[in-house]
Amino acid sequence: MSTITRPEADERDMVVMDLAKLRRVPWYRQPRWTRLFGMVLAAALLALATGPNASTDDIFFSVNESMTDGVRLPVCIALMVAFWAFFEFVPKAPVERAKATARANTVDMPAWQNTKKAFDKTPVKLGALAVVVVVLAVLPLFISTRWNQVLVGNVAVYVLLAIGLNVVVGWAGLLDLGFIAFFAIGAYSTAFWTGSLPTKPPVELNPFLAMPIAVVTCLIAGVLLGAPTLRLRGDYLAIVTLGFHEIVYLIANNANGFSGGSGGATNIPHPSVHLGFLDYEWELDPKPYWWLIMGMAAVVVFLFIRLEHSRVGRAWTAIREDEIAAAANGVNTVKYKLMAFAIGASTSGLAGGVYASKTGFISPESFKLMFSVLVLAYVIFGGMGSIWGVMVGTALLAWLPEYLKDWVDENDRITYLGALLVIMMIYRPQGLIPSRRRKRELTLAKEGIGDADAMTEPAGGRIA
Amino acid sequence: MSTTSMTKETTPQTTDAVVTARGLTLRFGGLVCLNDVDLTLNRGEILAVIGPNGAGKTSLFNSLTGVYVPQEGRITLSADGGEQNLLGRKPHVVNRLGVARTFQNIRLFGALTALENVKIAAETRQKSGPVGIMLGMPWARRNERASDRRSHELLDFVGMADKLNELAASLSYGDQRRLEIARALATDPQVLLLDEPAAGTNPTEKLELAELIKHINRELGISVLLIEHDMRLVMSVADRVTVLNFGKVIASGTPAEVQHNPAVVEAYLGASDEEAVPGEEDK
Ligand SMILES: Nc1ncnc2c1ncn2[C@@H]1O[C@H](COP(=O)(O)OP(=O)(O)O)[C@@H](O)[C@H]1O
Ligand SMILES: [Mg+2]
Repeated sequence: MSTITRPEADERDMVVMDLAKLRRVPWYRQPRWTRLFGMVLAAALLALATGPNASTDDIFFSVNESMTDGVRLPVCIALMVAFWAFFEFVPKAPVERAKATARANTVDMPAWQNTKKAFDKTPVKLGALAVVVVVLAVLPLFISTRWNQVLVGNVAVYVLLAIGLNVVVGWAGLLDLGFIAFFAIGAYSTAFWTGSLPTKPPVELNPFLAMPIAVVTCLIAGVLLGAPTLRLRGDYLAIVTLGFHEIVYLIANNANGFSGGSGGATNIPHPSVHLGFLDYEWELDPKPYWWLIMGMAAVVVFLFIRLEHSRVGRAWTAIREDEIAAAANGVNTVKYKLMAFAIGASTSGLAGGVYASKTGFISPESFKLMFSVLVLAYVIFGGMGSIWGVMVGTALLAWLPEYLKDWVDENDRITYLGALLVIMMIYRPQGLIPSRRRKRELTLAKEGIGDADAMTEPAGGRIA
Repeated sequence: MSTTSMTKETTPQTTDAVVTARGLTLRFGGLVCLNDVDLTLNRGEILAVIGPNGAGKTSLFNSLTGVYVPQEGRITLSADGGEQNLLGRKPHVVNRLGVARTFQNIRLFGALTALENVKIAAETRQKSGPVGIMLGMPWARRNERASDRRSHELLDFVGMADKLNELAASLSYGDQRRLEIARALATDPQVLLLDEPAAGTNPTEKLELAELIKHINRELGISVLLIEHDMRLVMSVADRVTVLNFGKVIASGTPAEVQHNPAVVEAYLGASDEEAVPGEEDK
């Protein structure tokens, strides 16, 4: 028997050693090397993207050509590895590192606690905001019509969408894969109330009047979808929203009598204002739409920021962090989730209404699942839960494929986007401009406390 | 510290029940976790629930607060002149009705500050909705100020006024326990359920905790149900003790009675050797 042949202390040492062995992470699991692995994958992606394209006859042509020409793949890998090595091995200045740690551990005092600091900072912040607003306002005057189209059709509409999805995913922590379904509902409602669908409304309205109806319709749709499904746990909710999106898409595509089928709706009127003293009509020029949508986004952002720092925003954070503890302290979790879902849906509906009225034409193709995934990627890229981050991230990522059009093959653009997302998730998983709370959650998760991945239930589930 | 200084001096209690559980039976598959458990918490008293690990104490708390739904039994809360059924109610409803709790394995919102943690609980009964908040309505602002004030008071009450803006996860263990209590108090409960509030705290913190529990009971008039292993703490604060073993109530009475009950001694000696005989345990 081992206890007899070996002295007791010795055995304890063995146990300690075994434990140490268990605790030691094998080299290939250390973050540094997993990052390298990710970068090599990204390099392969890049090689594919820069290589020649395949034809439908030989789908492996592209893989073959770009991987085996002896130059492309090695160059891409060398580039990515160099990038990796730079960040891993160039040591940060100690001061920088100390600052970073300090920043991660402190919390900004509320204004009443540290009046001096608040007085120092507020004017600077407001000034910066004013500068940004002015730059954004005059931006369309300095760029070509093509870029103005991109600005309105790709950037502005998606920024509005992302602000809405941020409420659902970033704040309430609900994974919604069918967000574009509400965009579609908003667009189709607007088309309906402006009399552009085969089915005619009781009264034909100006798009500005149709949009609020679209928003309310989406709110109701959000509640109807959410009420039975928000009791589900994270992953199931994702599947249900995915299904919901498919249903909406299929109805739009097939209900010819109502939605116009795959042909969609045409001749949706442009918005206009007729108020006696004020008489204005938005037409084909994209610039006025930019100002219109930015105005809407500004209002929405203002309202949502208030919400974030209120009891509602705090309740969302509580639910995201620990649903059981939130419920035990009186937070009606289903109600708040539903609220987030409905608020997100109505923002999406507003975007849909503007989009329909701006382009004058909608078809099911504008509401494919791909767009739901893209908006989610924008939100994650920008920094879940941070309204500014989400806006900047969306603007960048929505602009990038258009920009790449001038430089690379059209079909490869999304691949570049993919490579960029991979690199981003390796080096900055918290996003471009992370929200302070989210960042703390990520730090805590690294230390093994808390639950940063808002898409899962808190550890332990219902077992308290 | 001497043991005598910690023994209880007064027993302010009336005999009307505030929480009554009758015949609770909770099964997980074949495992009978609670077996025909009766429990009465009188208004204004501190009742301790003790028992070896795995006896079903936490499961009992979960059943009382709506996290678990026992297959059999009744739970009633008599509050504000009415009788309320608690069995099968959602956890947040149970909380609204006046039963607050803490968790054995602390469950704070780690990425939020101490103040924010308490505020979340203080706000759950407010009525201001999202529209009022977005439009900055006066009542929404008033509510915000009210919850802010209340949370400051409560953090002061538990002795954490200087740690308002610290992240919950970065607090010491003792502070985390106290913060959890403050958060529970913020929901204005009539009954407070504390699940091993002294676990992992040092002797000084334990003494402070005993004082805090007494304060909550006397000054705020809240009835307390307390799960605790530390018998000295139990002796010093509890009016009555109920002992659970294998999901059954094996004894009930004053701390002194229970401590010398043969069945209780048997339960603790029969349990795994991590458990000490009550009264001799010193963590
Ligand atoms: N959700 C659950 N599923 C299965 N078994 C459970 C569950 N919750 C508790 N139990 C079991 O019930 C028994 C009592 O556990 P618990 O209430 O945590 O005891 P205590 O708090 O007294 O230490 C244990 O055997 C435990 O494994
Ligand atoms: Mg327990």
